[in-house]
Amino acid sequence: MQNLERITPRNIDAKEYFYGHKACAGCGCALAVRLALKVIGDGAFSILPAGCMSAVGFIYPQMAFVNNSMISTFPGAASLAAGVAAGNKALKREGTKTVVFAGDGGTADIGLQALSGMIDRDDDVLYICYDNEAYMNTGIQKSGLTPFGAKTTTTPAGEHIHGTQTNKKRLFEIIAAHDIKYAATASIGYYQDYINKVQKAASIKGATFIHVACSCPTGWGTPTETSVEIMKEAVDNGLWFLAEYENHKFTLNHNPKVFTLISEYIKKQGRFKHLNEHDIKTIELYRDKMWERMREEWKNN
Amino acid sequence: MKLDNSKKLFVSGDEAVALGVRLARPHVISAYPITPQTVVVERLSEMVEDRSLDADFMHVESEHSALSAAMGASAVGARAFTATSSQGLLYMAEVLSYCSGGRFPVVMMNANRALALPWSIFGDQSDSLLLLGSGWIQCYVEDAQEALDMMIQAYKIAENSQILTPFMVNLDGFILTHTYELVDIPKQSQVDDFLPPFTTPNKMSLENPMNLGFSSTPADNLEFKYQQHQALLNALPIIEEVDDEFGDRFGRYYGGVLETYQTDDADFVMITVGSITGTTRVVVNTLREEGKKVGLIKLRYLRPMPEEALLEAIGDAKAIGVIDKDISFGHEGTIFTNVNSALAKSSVAIKKHNFICGMGGRNISKNDIKEMYKLLEDSTKGKDVPAVNFINLNTSVSEVE
Repeated sequence: MQNLERITPRNIDAKEYFYGHKACAGCGCALAVRLALKVIGDGAFSILPAGCMSAVGFIYPQMAFVNNSMISTFPGAASLAAGVAAGNKALKREGTKTVVFAGDGGTADIGLQALSGMIDRDDDVLYICYDNEAYMNTGIQKSGLTPFGAKTTTTPAGEHIHGTQTNKKRLFEIIAAHDIKYAATASIGYYQDYINKVQKAASIKGATFIHVACSCPTGWGTPTETSVEIMKEAVDNGLWFLAEYENHKFTLNHNPKVFTLISEYIKKQGRFKHLNEHDIKTIELYRDKMWERMREEWKNN
Repeated sequence: MKLDNSKKLFVSGDEAVALGVRLARPHVISAYPITPQTVVVERLSEMVEDRSLDADFMHVESEHSALSAAMGASAVGARAFTATSSQGLLYMAEVLSYCSGGRFPVVMMNANRALALPWSIFGDQSDSLLLLGSGWIQCYVEDAQEALDMMIQAYKIAENSQILTPFMVNLDGFILTHTYELVDIPKQSQVDDFLPPFTTPNKMSLENPMNLGFSSTPADNLEFKYQQHQALLNALPIIEEVDDEFGDRFGRYYGGVLETYQTDDADFVMITVGSITGTTRVVVNTLREEGKKVGLIKLRYLRPMPEEALLEAIGDAKAIGVIDKDISFGHEGTIFTNVNSALAKSSVAIKKHNFICGMGGRNISKNDIKEMYKLLEDSTKGKDVPAVNFINLNTSVSEVE
């Protein structure tokens, strides 16, 4: 890791660790991986389960990771990473940091059990969930982190059902309930905040977790050049939030006085274009209740 | 219970496994408890606690993670061990092919146990036989001593640079895992001489960063699989070499891929896998006293399948029987299929019969085995003996069919 008090876009490592991959243009997840590896550096051992980043990064013989990297089973990213960390420790290797890059389905659905075990054992692994809100690699199917109203290929928008009818799992709180040393939410729209959190998490010995919201032009039906700004908007309108959990406490890092319009965010995305006013009202109400609870319980600073 | 490295100890099969694993000095042990494997991981935990074993014991939350973590440790060049049984083995099945395809020489002990449903904690070999094609070396042992010795041999074979393939050592559930026997414990220094530290080119390190566990297109996939297959075939002579070297150093030879007993002039040869070999050996002695020309082949490895050695051992027998503690529903016993294939490819036409028995822990008696030998003899005398025979089937069920 760079020996800097604070890594910023100005002083961040110029070396690239993840390139030549086959991610879609404007991929928010590839940006999250790229930034995290620049922060962690040469000592990173990255573990990726089935998902977009493994699918685009490891097509033999074109390996897209400069650092040590390996594909795990779909449910086994956290356990493979735990084994890598344990092996490096047993062999007394200094200067390594095991990091998982797993998608929303790979984390909140099929990978949750192994992740729970990893945090329970406090394995020396930074687990980063890049959340693009559906199983995008297999062609946009609903995951446990797909938001209400989103159209996917398994939650089609028709006359009777308007896309996904459930809300995102409260993954950050599920992780925090393990009383993990450090967990955070982030967004590639607020990249300095994300970089800070990766730097902090990577410096902690033990299990840490970052849930980073990432845009997906292919799955969301958004222009490729708006990938960063739309993830800023998701935070500004309150559908996503920036928070941390450490020392047994939650902290809201960003508490907007006024939210920008959800309707504006929604009309920019193909996955939401079927939503009517009633649907949008439902989403607003859900957001407001979520923030009421977070502000009350998390005692923002 | 503290297991020291005395010269001899009276221990269960599970404890013998733990003793063998300790002598092999693994760096990482990751395991999830399941009957009848549990004693292995309990003893290993105690060894880590009392510092007689310098390993990281990972308390994983499932069998899937048990092997996934062991594979991760192996992928950075650490020696790793796990153990499981039955449903647990099936739960980690996905990781079995990752581990073998990735060429990570993890060693696993499997306590052979029936598969649900009906739920049963008792032994048969349905679990590992279902996964014969998973790319792992599969060895089956007969007693606690062989179990201990094979933990040491397993690493030596699996980690060989020509092989680099994970290794499964199978013990019959309860019959071996929970039976106490007097076991000779090799000296640590002797084991260290026999089994050098693990080295592999196939690992992630800071000196030489690598991308492992990648995907391949149809243009390359077959070549990876071919190399994996070739590695298992390469293991055949190396298994023999390692067994010979082990015998020279420790005084116990197991015959390599298989062991023969009274086969030289035998007309009727039983093929056994695992603990049933002991009972069959006693029956062979009894029948020999009665003048019957009977023998047995203890098939120690099912992957790689030692076809050549098997054909040589069968020799001029008139009939062979295969005891299967398993049934591939709608077909026949899995070991029978494998033995038959070896015979068919070499156009060996003799009488062949499959005996399905011992399922879900059902006892296989000496009389049962005598009956099997009798069926082989009947078959050669022109009597109509079915290819697949269920031994000791309850009459109330057999009449229903």
